[in-house]
Amino acid sequence: MKILVAVKRVIDFNVKPRVKMDGSGVDLANVKMSMNPFDEIAVEEAIRLKEKGLATEIVAVSIGPAKAQETLRTALAMGADRAILVQTDEEVEPLAVAKIFAKISAEEQPQMVILGKQAIDDDNNATGQMLAALLGWPQGTFASKVEAGGDAVTVTREVDGGLETVELKLPAVVTTDLRLNEPRYASLPNIMKAKSKPLATKSPGDYGVDVARRLETLRVVEPAKRQAGIKVGSVDELVERLHGLGIAK
Amino acid sequence: MSVLVLVEHDGKSIKDATLATVTAAAKLGEVHALVAGNNVGAIGDAAAKISGVANVLVADAPHLDHDLAETVAPVAARLMDGHDAFVAPATTFGKNIAPRVAALIDVMQISDVLSVESPDTFTRPIYAGNAIATVKSNDAKKVLTVRTTAFDKAPSVGGSASIEQADAGSDAGTSSFVSMEASESERPELTSAKVIVSGGRAFGSSEQFHALLDPLADKLGAAVGASRAAVDAGYAPNDYQVGQTGKIVAPQVYIAIGISGAIQHLAGMKDSKTIVAINKDEEAPIFQVADIGLVGDLFKIVPELTEKL
Repeated sequence: MKILVAVKRVIDFNVKPRVKMDGSGVDLANVKMSMNPFDEIAVEEAIRLKEKGLATEIVAVSIGPAKAQETLRTALAMGADRAILVQTDEEVEPLAVAKIFAKISAEEQPQMVILGKQAIDDDNNATGQMLAALLGWPQGTFASKVEAGGDAVTVTREVDGGLETVELKLPAVVTTDLRLNEPRYASLPNIMKAKSKPLATKSPGDYGVDVARRLETLRVVEPAKRQAGIKVGSVDELVERLHGLGIAK
Repeated sequence: MSVLVLVEHDGKSIKDATLATVTAAAKLGEVHALVAGNNVGAIGDAAAKISGVANVLVADAPHLDHDLAETVAPVAARLMDGHDAFVAPATTFGKNIAPRVAALIDVMQISDVLSVESPDTFTRPIYAGNAIATVKSNDAKKVLTVRTTAFDKAPSVGGSASIEQADAGSDAGTSSFVSMEASESERPELTSAKVIVSGGRAFGSSEQFHALLDPLADKLGAAVGASRAAVDAGYAPNDYQVGQTGKIVAPQVYIAIGISGAIQHLAGMKDSKTIVAINKDEEAPIFQVADIGLVGDLFKIVPELTEKL
């Protein structure tokens, strides 16, 4: 079984984003960028399926600027076999990303596409579901457990009321939640080896996908700031304050 | 403009998230509620009573049990021929189905809408809520998920909508429900609770997390939440998680105990009316957003607080 994994280059999750003064977006100049944390989990899951003998090949795909090559090299160093960069300097929306992935899926014929459930920059949580819709495949979103076997995959999903388990016929789309696994760090020898793994560079045009934006960002502002309040010195004072709020009276 | 709202229910009753979604949808146009499920006649009747709902469409069939996106999305997509917008709550239910509907009708979804500025312009949080974007949709039809804490709940009574049956489609045949491990709790639901007590990794173990927080929550009639670190460490189940990728909450009072206040956690609770923080580190970022802070050892403070309340 071949697995396609999606990786996106985003602001590092430890960096506090700063809104640009002109309201045009978030300032990403000279900011540390990393692989989207949910995508790291996606890459790790694919590798584990390969280590269990269930997957034969892992293809990592990114859509983004030339620098997204670094993100793909990270995926290769973790254990992906080859990579495809669909290079564009445009910000590509989930619908267009899903269309490109649908075309790549038609070419590559994977049995599973694993994506992070959301990217921590635009927080859309949409690409995996959209890809599944375009392909007519079932979807296992927000996965905390993936068990593949035969012609189906069993996915346990983190939902509002607890954990839901569904069975999906392959081929299928899986999107990862935080507790699916703990991604490995790439070892130095593997980082060296990753440099010689194949990485193909394509453009959205190669797939005939129009990446023109459907959503126009009119402005980006900082959220209203909360003012730090007061500190109380004792539990008694805290109790008094809580009573003052009308609770536990 | 007519708006199709996807009703979230559990087969027995309509979820509060639906009521907030109706309020958001009503800002766009006439609200038509889609109830999909198995044996959901009573849910359809309840949806018809929601104030602001003009019409209820009931898609009732065995294969619509368990809200499988593969089967529900095409039902909604077909109904979009006669509607201008599709609105679902930004809960795990809505997030699973809405993008699938959007792709089926070739529309780019606007996720997690905080406000409706005009029929095509909305605000939404990006970067874990560290920035708020105003976006204008150039698609002919709109698909949105809405942050339910950002909208008042529509009254669940007072309406008298007409009810009609909708095409329930057929079983997609690609997915099936296996099981649901529901977190049983007598406490209020996190997303609708007035008071939340939330714990972090500082509790040190699942036993201590529950031994200290449960009595406090019971005393306050509060829901229990947790930081990602506490959930990852296994102190609390996944559906307790509050944050960027967990639940978004905005209770009257949020009491964060032993939670340092990573931006991902703040993203899920900073719209709470009053935030109370208890932490032994007085430099913890949680104090920068807290209205009331108490610096000290939670293992001493929490039992004392529970006793004195």
